[in-house]
Amino acid sequence: MVVLALVAFAVAISLQMARDRWYPRDDIEREQILYVRSGAALKRMTLSFDALAADVYWIRAIQNYGGDRLSGSKAKTKYQLLFPLLDLTTTLDPYFNIAYRFGAIFLSEAYPGGPGRPDQSVALLQKAIEVMPQKWQYYHDIGFVYYWRMRDYPTAATWFQRAGAQPNAPNWLQPLAASMLVRGNDRAAARFLWQQIAKSEEPWLRRSAERSLLQLQALDLIDQFEAVIKRFPPAAGEQYTWDDFLRRRVLIRQPVDPLGAPYVIDPATGRVTVSEQSPLFPMPGEPRRLQ
Amino acid sequence: MRAIRVVAVNVFRESVRDRVPYNLVMFAVLLIGSSYLIGQLTAGQDVKIIKDLGLAATSVFGLFISIFIGIGLVSKEVERRSIYALLSKPVSRAQFIVGKYAGLVLTLAVNVSVMAVALYVILAYMVWTEPPTIRAGWDAPGMDPALLKAVFLIFIELMLVTAIALFFSTFSTPILSAALTFGFYIVGHFNADLKNFEKVVSSRAAAQLARGAYHVLPDLSAFDVKTQVVHGLPVTLGYMGSTAAYGLAYVAALLLVSTFIFSRRDFK
Repeated sequence: MVVLALVAFAVAISLQMARDRWYPRDDIEREQILYVRSGAALKRMTLSFDALAADVYWIRAIQNYGGDRLSGSKAKTKYQLLFPLLDLTTTLDPYFNIAYRFGAIFLSEAYPGGPGRPDQSVALLQKAIEVMPQKWQYYHDIGFVYYWRMRDYPTAATWFQRAGAQPNAPNWLQPLAASMLVRGNDRAAARFLWQQIAKSEEPWLRRSAERSLLQLQALDLIDQFEAVIKRFPPAAGEQYTWDDFLRRRVLIRQPVDPLGAPYVIDPATGRVTVSEQSPLFPMPGEPRRLQ
Repeated sequence: MRAIRVVAVNVFRESVRDRVPYNLVMFAVLLIGSSYLIGQLTAGQDVKIIKDLGLAATSVFGLFISIFIGIGLVSKEVERRSIYALLSKPVSRAQFIVGKYAGLVLTLAVNVSVMAVALYVILAYMVWTEPPTIRAGWDAPGMDPALLKAVFLIFIELMLVTAIALFFSTFSTPILSAALTFGFYIVGHFNADLKNFEKVVSSRAAAQLARGAYHVLPDLSAFDVKTQVVHGLPVTLGYMGSTAAYGLAYVAALLLVSTFIFSRRDFK
């Protein structure tokens, strides 16, 4: 009997595998459906199991983000569900610290790395502040979104000041706010902020910070190469090419970014940019170089 | 007292014979399986999720035991006609009700304790395998003793649900008792909304009716402190004590009503 049961199971599994091979289903499209969008309704439906439901939505949010990030850049529904999923997660469990901070970083990330919605990042973080008004990290994160994604330095400085005024806030926040008011558009400040984020206990936050620090390093290298290009321009009527600079021994090898991808030079203007094939692409809006 | 103890021990033995402890194996498998899978899926939130899952599973498994065994405590004896033999012995109807209740509460206490120990064992393993830098980012320590506060209030809530199931079991069929107990469980978790009903209705009578229902129906949402303990937020001893006292007083009231109904039943 047991053997027969095992055989029947094996047949069922084989048929399932065969059917999936012969008639592939569009599972990815189906995953984009979000049946319940009201966090308040969901909180009631889950009775006392709201925290567990929040965990399920959190797992779904990160799977959704990862899946969308890996999908082609032309995916129709790319990142559409990221904010609703994080919103549901944080309504079901209002103390889910990491969900707010994840949203702050990735909702504001420019397309195709993220949905490019800093407004949603700020909305999520303001929701966090309503629940935990004494956590300086949320004020800092809003300041950071205004600084890094929106280039709104006075507003960023205001949020950094508010972060510095919270209990247990680190003492570098107030000077940072002051320096941002004076010269917000400054790559050193960006590097300092990312270095602080790179100290996070969360591996994904550290990875994001490490990538951004490499992008800043790539920008420093671009400054150096453009200075050389400006000093040794091609002959009149000639185009800007790496081959030309190598032939004239201005450079000894083709410049590469910190991850080894060759830089691209604009033949008409000589402007240097990171290659679209580089893992560092797309680059953030560039803070001005230090004088 | 001896009669109550004898009835209670028999209920406990019967639950063991009915393979109730099997749910402990399921609980352990669920937690061990999840602790491995969740680590791959949750971007560093595995300890929080294991705590949520462990506490929710303790609550759900306990709820099923409370309801499905609770509804049969009295009705099964009546259906099997063993009630005649029982009541012909020197056991009063009140002792019978209290003994039955105490037996199931003992079963629940053993279950909840074993589940709590299993949860701590899994958490200890996770704490042991995580480096200190990761542990520093947790809202609360991995093996936080405060989890016991949530476990304790889950147990009191289960005592209350058992008393509700037993109450219905004294005068109703098992299916109807199960439906009614589930209904009370759900309503009990929405109960806090009734308190503020006057803010949504203009009728004074309706508001007073809702306020009355708030006091009469069990306020089960008060026993839920799972989110607070998982995030390391304070749950005061005063809150714990007053909520536990409320639960025990409600249980006493239900047992008294159950005894009253049962003592008036005619088994001829």
